[in-house]
Amino acid sequence: MRLSRTCGLKSNLTGYAVDDLIAEFLTETAESLEVVDSELVKFEANPNERKTLDNIFRLVHTIKGTCGFLGLGRLEAVAHAGETLLGRFRDGKLEVTSDAVTLVLHSIDRIKFILSGLESTGNEPDGDDHDLISQLEAMAEGQAVDISAVQAIDVPERSLNGEIEPAELNIPAVSTAAAAAAAPLQAGDIDPATGRALRPGEVSEADLEAAFAAAEAPDWMNEAVADVEPELSVSEVAPAPVAAAAPVAAKAAPVASDAPAPMMGEDGAGIATTQSIRVSVDVLEGLMTLVSEMVLTRNQLLQISRNREDSAFATPLQRLSTLTGELQDSVMKTRMQPIGAAWKKLPRLVRDLSHELGKKIDLVMDGEGTELDRQVLELIRDPLTHMVRNSADHGLEPTAERIELGKPANGTVKLSAFHEGGYIVIRIADNGRGLNTARIREKIIEKALAPRNEVEAMSDQQIHRFIFAPGFSTAAKVTNLSGRGVGMDVVRTNIEQIGGQIDLVSIMGQGTTFTIKIPLTLAIVSALIVGAGGQKFAVPQTSVMELVRTGANAEHKIEKINDALVLRLRDKLLPLVQLGPTMQLEAAQSEDPTFVMVIQVGERRYGLVVNDVLDTEEIVVKPLAGILRSVQAFSGATILGDGSVVLILDPNALSEYAGNIIDEKSAEDGEIVVASAENEKVAMLLFKAGYGAPKAVELAHITRLEHIEVEKIERMDGRAALQYRGKLMPILNVSEGSGLMAEGIQPLLVFTGEGYAMALAVDEIVDVVEDSLSIELSPDRQGVRGTAVVAGRACEILDVDYYQFRGLAEHARKTTTESDAGKVAA
Amino acid sequence: MSIRDYVTLRVGGQLFGVDAARVHDVFHPRGLTPVPLSRSEIAGVLNLRGRIVTAVCARRRLGLGPREEGAPEPLAIGLEVHGDSYGLVIDSVDEVLKLDDEKFHAAPGNLPPRWAEIIVGVYQLEKELLIVLDPHTLLDAGHLKAA
Repeated sequence: MRLSRTCGLKSNLTGYAVDDLIAEFLTETAESLEVVDSELVKFEANPNERKTLDNIFRLVHTIKGTCGFLGLGRLEAVAHAGETLLGRFRDGKLEVTSDAVTLVLHSIDRIKFILSGLESTGNEPDGDDHDLISQLEAMAEGQAVDISAVQAIDVPERSLNGEIEPAELNIPAVSTAAAAAAAPLQAGDIDPATGRALRPGEVSEADLEAAFAAAEAPDWMNEAVADVEPELSVSEVAPAPVAAAAPVAAKAAPVASDAPAPMMGEDGAGIATTQSIRVSVDVLEGLMTLVSEMVLTRNQLLQISRNREDSAFATPLQRLSTLTGELQDSVMKTRMQPIGAAWKKLPRLVRDLSHELGKKIDLVMDGEGTELDRQVLELIRDPLTHMVRNSADHGLEPTAERIELGKPANGTVKLSAFHEGGYIVIRIADNGRGLNTARIREKIIEKALAPRNEVEAMSDQQIHRFIFAPGFSTAAKVTNLSGRGVGMDVVRTNIEQIGGQIDLVSIMGQGTTFTIKIPLTLAIVSALIVGAGGQKFAVPQTSVMELVRTGANAEHKIEKINDALVLRLRDKLLPLVQLGPTMQLEAAQSEDPTFVMVIQVGERRYGLVVNDVLDTEEIVVKPLAGILRSVQAFSGATILGDGSVVLILDPNALSEYAGNIIDEKSAEDGEIVVASAENEKVAMLLFKAGYGAPKAVELAHITRLEHIEVEKIERMDGRAALQYRGKLMPILNVSEGSGLMAEGIQPLLVFTGEGYAMALAVDEIVDVVEDSLSIELSPDRQGVRGTAVVAGRACEILDVDYYQFRGLAEHARKTTTESDAGKVAA
Repeated sequence: MSIRDYVTLRVGGQLFGVDAARVHDVFHPRGLTPVPLSRSEIAGVLNLRGRIVTAVCARRRLGLGPREEGAPEPLAIGLEVHGDSYGLVIDSVDEVLKLDDEKFHAAPGNLPPRWAEIIVGVYQLEKELLIVLDPHTLLDAGHLKAA
């Protein structure tokens, strides 16, 4: 059956139609090749790993076998030569060198090139693989080979068009095989096709071919040959060998009965062991749409049945509802794929880059198993590849430079992925030179991407983000691999198109980290329907940790710190966002908050105050129209069971409103403890500033903790200030030895009093602890009340009044000197 | 010479036209869900036969005052821009007119900017002027600017 189809295929190959079989072959081979790529890189790093080599060998062998079977001579010849070389490695007759691996990789590239031609035209593209094959053979013979002689092929997206001139096709291996077919080899003879001695019991390639040709020669073969002959030079094998092979047919026969078996085996084994089938993406997409609509209809039915007493429908409807839910889950699962699928090509890419650029690069991958919707996966594949290439090419310094700088010689590109809420977060980090802020600044001005005065006022972070601007490329020289001017702007566009975000952090001399955040799936989520300000909203359930009832008589009451609302929850302080007022809904003013939804977004936790929690529903997320996409608070809209439209809140965007009352790290560790009047203990904030012991200050004195980019802090004749809530807030140093950080995020303790605010710049916030405060040592300098043991550590307790006075003094722009201030405070 | 079909409609007494090929349907915008924090001309989102349609108020987009008390219920014309469904909320729909391209003129230069950007051109009808709207800039340019 299969054979006769192949025969039909051969004639089809001459035309434009790409047969199903070829299409299937292309998909399978593309997958195999990806595996070969990364396996080879692994193999090069660890040549003793027998399993890896066996794996590679088997894959290449399968490709070769299938090619031969489908009559794809050019492919077969290249795969064959590659396999031979691999065979030498496997036999331990040849040492694995970097050059040899490069050569095998070149042949993989050549195969890909031919495949892409095959895909677009249905024919193997025209060309000569002699150079490559002779190199492979020479390498297999153990001769020295100049690999630069082999032209590396850029595997094109689309290959050459054009008719194939049979006369120009050059397939040495097949011709060799044809010649050899006349005289079957004995064990121990050198098989010209493989270039090595046959092992006992092994049948030479030529024998197999001859046997195959001879055994199957009747009728159809001749017809097929007649069909194919003008088009493919594979047919060179046919007429002559068939005749020539006749005498050896007897000898070949026993082999022949075996020979087709492995090839047929693909079919046979397929039936017995199939655990997976190929389903076209269109079918899955269609299924997904249908299930989405079904979920909506189910919701409507449930709504109707809820309003009726008639219970005859209730039970079957419940069953239907459960089934629909399960169906939906199953369909979703068919679409999930591990992100590793998009990373497969990267080890090879990095290896090639490493060779070409003469840099030593380690690629570290973490979280390959993280799953996401295949639709999303496809869309981020190219941007990711581009970014890894960028990091290796532009991000990392040449090895010599790294050594000079005292960095490890091997540069690292680290790729990691993890889930966060309904998102997948992907990081691409290098430990290279970091972005050159000054150069980017120049470039922005040079390319007129922003007015000069604005550029000069921008923070480093803002400057860095310009690498996402269209047409921006700072590569001093255009390398073969990157710096072609199509760059990060394309990456950003691609990511934003699927509702994702991209950002970067770069530190000069230390490296650059890109963070991409994309929704896991674009389809169905389970949501809580809440009411606020007289309107309904949907909140994705994945981000809701718990619901807390609040209000006048409830156990948990909302409290205020300055203007910020907080909720005491199991001894932790939860910053709150009021949904109604945040949405600027007038009706919200007369409402009493009844529920707090505890929402977790990444490392942040906050409470969303709502008036009512109505229902939970499976909702089909529909994107908002273009005109509404600038409204960050919503991630989409959906139709509820009652037919009304509700907006879906984006918990991540809403968290921006929660402010920074609690240091994120402490909140995450659950270490925030509030002072309680029942015992003598006091809540204190521990922090570091300058040299000496850690410092502590009573939490009650602090209004807020802020983390501000240093660039935002303004400096005027030696004093620092920050525009804070419409006013200029002075920033003071804790002591002589401390001050503002040079770059990055500056932690600030904000103190407020009657009509003024001031901040203390600290180096690091360590912890919030509850302890009794007993000052044991008297102060040794102003601004310090003394030293006390807090949480087992000796800490300097700050005299807040001293700093507040200094702040007030600064505020009034008095030229009070520090010593004066000290006297007054004392 | 070629003839084009226009759906004609009225907003604040002024006659407008939209390429009939682009108008999917005409409906009463009911069951609107307001969209907080959005631009003022967004009337809300609604469910139109299972599709979510964003209703944009033409009066507010054009900077015209609110509708008079006791005016008939407004209508909306369904348009699609970049794959998104919109409903342009207007006062009333007139007839479909077949108009000759030769009578088409570019918009005059003295229009206020918020009109100029959404107008393709003007037809001089016997009794009055018909202003041809560009649904693209009418419904989408706003978001580009805001973004």
